[in-house]
Amino acid sequence: MNQIVPAGKRQSTELAAPETQDFVTMFIEGQLFGIPVLTVQDVLGPQKITRIPLAPREVAGSLNLRGRIVTAIDVRLRLGLPKRAEEKKGMSVVVDMGGELYSLMVDSVGEVLSLPAAKFERNPPTLDLHWREFSIGIYRLDDKLLVVLDVGKLLDFTRNE
Amino acid sequence: MDDLLSEFLTETSESISVLDVALVNLEQNPNDPQILGNIFRLVHTIKGTCGFLGLPRLEHVAHAGENVLGKFRDGELEVTPDAVTLILQSIDRIKSILSHLEQNECEPEGSDIDLIERLNAMAEGRSVGSPSAPPPPSPPMPTFESVVAAAAAPSAPEPEPEPAAAAPAPAPAPEPEPVKSGVPAPTPQPPAVTAPVETGVPAPGGEKESAVAAQTIRVNVELLENLMTLVSELVLTRNQLLQMVRGKDDSEFATPLQRLSHITTDLQEGVMKTRMQPIGNAWAKLPRIVRDLSVEMNKKIDLQMLGAETELDRQVLELIKDPLTHMVRNSADHGLEPTDERKRIGKPEVGKIVLNAFHEGGHIIIEISDDGRGLNLDRIKQKALQNGLVGESELETMTPQQIYQFIFRAGFSTAEKVTSVSGRGVGMDVVRTNIEKIGGTVELKSQPGKGSTFVIKIPLTLAIVSALIVECAVERFAIPQISVLELVRVTANSEHGIEMINNAPVLRLRDRLLPLVSLKRLLKLAEDNGEQQETFIVVTQVGTYTFGIIVDRVFDTEEIVVKPVAPILRHISMFSGNTILGDGSVIMILDPNGIAGATGESGLLGGAQAAEAQVARESHADAKTSLLVFRAGGEDLKAVPLALVARLEEIEVKDIEHSHGKPMVQYRGHLMPLIAIDGIMNFREEGRQPVLVFSDREHTMGLVVDEIVDIVEDRMKVELSANNPGIIGTAVIAGKATTIIDAGYYLPQAFGDWFGRADKEFGNAEFHQPRILLVDDSPFFRNLLTPLLSVAGYEVISVESADRALALREQGNEFDVIVSDIEMPGMSGFEFASAVRSDARWGLIPMVALSSHATEKDFERGRQVGFNDYIAKFDRDALLQTLASTIAANKGAA
Repeated sequence: MNQIVPAGKRQSTELAAPETQDFVTMFIEGQLFGIPVLTVQDVLGPQKITRIPLAPREVAGSLNLRGRIVTAIDVRLRLGLPKRAEEKKGMSVVVDMGGELYSLMVDSVGEVLSLPAAKFERNPPTLDLHWREFSIGIYRLDDKLLVVLDVGKLLDFTRNE
Repeated sequence: MDDLLSEFLTETSESISVLDVALVNLEQNPNDPQILGNIFRLVHTIKGTCGFLGLPRLEHVAHAGENVLGKFRDGELEVTPDAVTLILQSIDRIKSILSHLEQNECEPEGSDIDLIERLNAMAEGRSVGSPSAPPPPSPPMPTFESVVAAAAAPSAPEPEPEPAAAAPAPAPAPEPEPVKSGVPAPTPQPPAVTAPVETGVPAPGGEKESAVAAQTIRVNVELLENLMTLVSELVLTRNQLLQMVRGKDDSEFATPLQRLSHITTDLQEGVMKTRMQPIGNAWAKLPRIVRDLSVEMNKKIDLQMLGAETELDRQVLELIKDPLTHMVRNSADHGLEPTDERKRIGKPEVGKIVLNAFHEGGHIIIEISDDGRGLNLDRIKQKALQNGLVGESELETMTPQQIYQFIFRAGFSTAEKVTSVSGRGVGMDVVRTNIEKIGGTVELKSQPGKGSTFVIKIPLTLAIVSALIVECAVERFAIPQISVLELVRVTANSEHGIEMINNAPVLRLRDRLLPLVSLKRLLKLAEDNGEQQETFIVVTQVGTYTFGIIVDRVFDTEEIVVKPVAPILRHISMFSGNTILGDGSVIMILDPNGIAGATGESGLLGGAQAAEAQVARESHADAKTSLLVFRAGGEDLKAVPLALVARLEEIEVKDIEHSHGKPMVQYRGHLMPLIAIDGIMNFREEGRQPVLVFSDREHTMGLVVDEIVDIVEDRMKVELSANNPGIIGTAVIAGKATTIIDAGYYLPQAFGDWFGRADKEFGNAEFHQPRILLVDDSPFFRNLLTPLLSVAGYEVISVESADRALALREQGNEFDVIVSDIEMPGMSGFEFASAVRSDARWGLIPMVALSSHATEKDFERGRQVGFNDYIAKFDRDALLQTLASTIAANKGAA
């Protein structure tokens, strides 16, 4: 009974409306994260990234995705986690935000999960302040917890820079 | 055909076909207000446009039709088939006039009185007579030239349209009448300012679809933009392929690739053409503006527009519209003299403004010149000094052309009075910014009495620019070619290497010192790790500011497609965009404007402003100071901190007067006493005498010198303290032993109330660099006391207000003693002392008050609020002694 809702119209706050929602899952430092599947444009392996001097620390650089310039964001740094070890190759999820493409660099990208609204919960108040800002809420999975990332806030550098 | 006209034709044919349908609809639903409103609006638009273009016949017919429709709309008239027929007839008339217009670019001769009368009769509710015979033709209405002709001034009257050409005009149209009907009145012409000779394809038969309308289609601009983006990508891919094949002579791809390359180039040009518009479009409003101006200012102005057909990208066109308008206004307003003044100086009465546009090497050059009075060099100089944009000494060395460029600075207007047109001091800086935004440059030439010329150089298109690819710390960057002047290769053993002035790199380039910017340092890429075998310097020009960017390597130039950077990176002013190179990698495009801004055009900052800036930076004693080096009373060099000197003047010797046996001169409406450095006045016999002017608030004093040698920026480190009054000591300035003059010694000689007696004796520097906080609102005293106290062995931090001082406290600064002025704007010295004493952090720091009012009452009040001591401002001896003893006492107590 999955209703396809155009990505642009879907509000992150309307999570409760459909019965289930599809998420692209990804891992950072063993933690499972998810973003709504319709916001995702692409999943990329390691890319050649051009550094951007003077940019915020979390901006890893920019890359060429089929003729479009994509700004790469290191989600680890954004979440206040240490930088990924050099030898480990990461993956990226490309999202569209206001017509601009951003590549969210994570450790690895997992499968797409269909999650029932019943398993959704608000952020626990004990969650790290930094994380609470970027997290919409938590899904209780059988074996682990999935943090739903708020892509808009993740890419909004005006608020805390 | 004139663009305005052809656009009008296209638009009107569209409206009219809509009208036809709508009127028929109206007949069926006579009471539908929506249809009626729509019809009314369309007719109204046609009427308005005709009026604007100066097409009286069309206008009158449309006007009469509109009247009737207005009555329909207001319910005063009933919509009857007769009425609709009449309206349709007028629409037909409009159509026939339009078709004539399309062929001949002018309205057919004749009159529509019959139709208009019937329409009017209908509007007044009278019964309508049957369509009468063709009305008698009448001469053209004289309203014609009102809008355009006055300003447009086409070079010569156009030849009359052949009378026969009007013949195909349809049914009710009158017989054309030979135009030369006696009256030599100006013939009606289409507003075509630059009406070209070519005519539209003559369409046989009147009632046929408008040929012009059929030839053009309207395309959404967005579609064109997308197309352009795609073509840009194609160009990049082509470049990429070319790069791969380059160097492989026998590649089987070579030939097809060549073809691909050609086609791509053609395609690129073709698509670019779709975005091209003649620059005349941006000029369309100018004749009107100039006409209005000429009426308002009572000047006779002839606006000539050459090269209006020169095409450029519509994006660029949009962006230069406003700057152009502004510059033409400027020329008309302050460039051209009033008519009577022109007559007086023997110039032609009619002032000329010429706009000229042409292509030159991938750029478009637009010249705006007038034959007016030219720029007033003296006023610009004066204004530049007044606004603190430049120091007097610097101004001396500048060429007139350099000085003219000041008008592009913000807040710079030399117009004596603000008119509704210009003179508000906003404008030229905006013009420059706008033009530079699109990668263009603007230059200015001016000849007094002959006029001025602005030359704008802009790229043909913004979409694809040619850029130089450079490398710095293994990162590659693109620099727009338009701002690159030349490349200089510097090797470790080349004759002129990069030299350093206190960590600021410079390069001697053809007898000029070129300031350099290290890209590595600027972009915080990596530290300069010592000597490199070779580096490159990209000599870059922004406006009149030329500087070099140090990079590691230079590759070739490449055509790049500028793409805006992601919004989260927009705040970085060093980049104007990013792009994808032929090899597929993303690189950042450097913005020379941003780089120039970040490094500061410090070369143009001078005098008091620089001093202020320096004080604001909490100048330390060993920070660099600008020193004025001069000779006076002997051959040895003397110097005084430049910040103390208000101005450098040369005074005519004959202007020097004596009063009480003391020399003085009338200076800016006041008497300025002149003081000699050694007490003996040795004025020159004749000519001009250089004088250093010291000024603080209302007092001004001139120190007579023999010769001004130089202005140098150096550490003022006094190595030998002198025992002579008037001399602080000797320091090495620019490699030479130089006597540092104590300006404070000379000031009291000029004014009793400026300083008290000032004997020369310094406190001994027997303590280890105590820190003094100096609070004084007068920059003069801060600049005077800072070196003085530094010489006495203190580390001095000076601020201009109590608030700033308290801010330092918040930052956790510690001081050994605080010296504060009493009379300060904002928080006074007394309040400041209370504030300091009320907080534990600085509560125990001794405070010394400094004031020009040293009465017993003041002393008392000062002690009450917490000052440890109170010293008259001019008593430097006492100050130094007090500081020494206060600090010693405090140390002893601690």
